[in-house]
Amino acid sequence: MLRAFTALTTPLLPEDYLGLVDPLWSQTVLRGRVVAVRRETARATTLTIKPGRRWKGHRAGQFVRIGVDVDGVRHWRTYSLNGNEDSRLLTVTVQALPGGVVSPQLAHGTPVGTVLHLEDAAGDFVLPTPAPAKLLMLTAGSGITPVMGMLRTLAARGPLTDVVLVHSAPTSDDVIFRDELTLLAALHPGLRLVVRHTADEGRLDLAELDGLVADREVFVCGPDALLTAAQQRWGEKVRLERFTPPVRSEGGSGGTVAYGATTVDVDGGASLLEAGEDAGVLMPSGCRMGICFGCVLPLRDGQVRNLRTGEIHGEPGDLVQTCISGASGPATLDI
Amino acid sequence: MSLALVGPSLKPVPSTPAPEATSLTPGQVEELGRRLDAIRERIVAERGATDAAYIHSVIRKQRYLEIGGRALLFAGVLPPAWILGTAMLSASKILENMELGHNVMHGQWDWMRDPKIHSSTWDWDNTSPAEHWKHSHNYMHHTYTNVVGKDRDVGYGILRMSDEQKWNPYYLLNPLVNVLLATFFQWGVALHDLEVEKIIAGEKDRKTVWTQLKGIGKKVVRQFTKDYVVFPALAGPFFLPVLAGNVTANLVRNLWSHAIIFCGHFPDGAVQFDEEQLEGETRGQWYVRQMLGSANLDGGPLFHLMSGNLSFQIEHHLFPDLPSNRYAEIAPEVRELCAEYGLEYTTGPLWKQYLQVLRKINRLALP
Ligand code: FES
Repeated sequence: MLRAFTALTTPLLPEDYLGLVDPLWSQTVLRGRVVAVRRETARATTLTIKPGRRWKGHRAGQFVRIGVDVDGVRHWRTYSLNGNEDSRLLTVTVQALPGGVVSPQLAHGTPVGTVLHLEDAAGDFVLPTPAPAKLLMLTAGSGITPVMGMLRTLAARGPLTDVVLVHSAPTSDDVIFRDELTLLAALHPGLRLVVRHTADEGRLDLAELDGLVADREVFVCGPDALLTAAQQRWGEKVRLERFTPPVRSEGGSGGTVAYGATTVDVDGGASLLEAGEDAGVLMPSGCRMGICFGCVLPLRDGQVRNLRTGEIHGEPGDLVQTCISGASGPATLDI
Repeated sequence: MSLALVGPSLKPVPSTPAPEATSLTPGQVEELGRRLDAIRERIVAERGATDAAYIHSVIRKQRYLEIGGRALLFAGVLPPAWILGTAMLSASKILENMELGHNVMHGQWDWMRDPKIHSSTWDWDNTSPAEHWKHSHNYMHHTYTNVVGKDRDVGYGILRMSDEQKWNPYYLLNPLVNVLLATFFQWGVALHDLEVEKIIAGEKDRKTVWTQLKGIGKKVVRQFTKDYVVFPALAGPFFLPVLAGNVTANLVRNLWSHAIIFCGHFPDGAVQFDEEQLEGETRGQWYVRQMLGSANLDGGPLFHLMSGNLSFQIEHHLFPDLPSNRYAEIAPEVRELCAEYGLEYTTGPLWKQYLQVLRKINRLALP
């Protein structure tokens, strides 16, 4: 139906005009509006987001990429969805990282009404259907967030049957959702809550949990060390989510760049355009001096160096001008 | 006629009244280049939330203008509604092509990483396909600015805009062709990248031409249908006033953008170059060519906005990918640099510059 209206709005889409009224109506760009903001700890804030029309729903434990404009520039970050999967609203909890670009603004500078950009929910760290009767959830730090989504979903559907949650955080104040967890445990006799304060009590020894693992589905979320330890101890039985951050440059010039299927060693002074051409890659190009944007390619991973200013930049999805960019560590370009 | 000889390899074509002779050493040219680079780097570092707010607000205003103009045109049987509606639609089309389309497609706003306001995705309300435009304009015109034989904006392949273009009797039509080009400017722009003269000379392969023609055809059909079929038809019995409003708005946009664009490179004082200039051209020399080859227009903030800030043609040619709202801010610095290095900074009011352009078109009609 809306497609017929593009005859009226070409080269734009009807939603580009309707978006003047409400940007959430878009069918092509997924956006969401912040409808509530709640402070969890000194550093963590929970945002409740009403997603736009194009939202396809999510499963508890999945994550979503959120795009936010900081000082005019769009940045994308990934957050676990921690709300009830049956709700139309989404919740994410953001820890403000000191010196971070995005998280401080999301945690402290995002008032109700802000429009954020979203991608579809993704991730396989989800509860099987039907939900298993006996569960062990092992979490540490902000690893609690996806698991919280699972607990909320289950609790909203009925009494929890038999869930053990073992959560580690440095001190009691660092436990995100502390009050809600305590309340849940009080309301649901089937939920056993074990909180370990690692600052006083030290790290958890996984051996203590061996007895619990035997007849339960095990979900683990937390720092890499915890995931690896759990996997080594209990093997395939463990469901976990490993988040690999995008490759960042460690500085310097030169590096190995993948142009689609072709991999090229690019030395310090060379532009990505020249290096690609020399290796026989069919590179788009134009002015070769940084003014026409005829040479841009999407960066899949890694970062690049601006040959004129020396600035190292790039996030996955950025379009880079290959004629004025050089390598800085490994990178992948889509072509 | 005195010849501007800037550095050893800067060779202006003596077809236009050249600026006062300047004699910069190669060292000075590169120093000037570095100072211009510094201006650029400063603006790049400063770009931020206020610039983003600026472009968002222009986009909003343009869309409201268009909606308002088109709505009023439905009541176009009433003369005041027709006049106001047509004026609003014309203004919206001018903004859309010049401050938005031209500038966004230059990549001026790519740094915001907003896929909706990006050179790789933007398409404009014009019969010229975005891809063709980016090639003929961003690459050919901005790289080879004013180099006769390379920069097809010198005459668009149909006009004689330089003494270096060999005269033949066809050019007697120069003034007439110019009027036609101005009237049908968007169609001229649409055909620009086809390089008709190369097709005639058999220098372009048939497949490329066919692909390009298909691209233009698709775009033309969509544009034509919107302005001249769908909107008039929606008005039912008021088909004609709506059609007339759309025709007028497109015409106004054509005449206006033609005038602004021709005043960017053809008034007296703007210099043309020959192809030798390009050999081993340094960054500093490239900058000098851009400054000498371009001309600004004087006016107030509204005028600058409606010209897509092409009234800062010199600044735009130095830094085609800096956000247009910043040109006004750096113009005084560029002007000072020009004064310091003895380079002509050509500028003047629109009427005066346009008269000079017309005079040149008439003069070059004759051998
Ligand atoms: S080739 Fe023109 S910007 Fe890179």
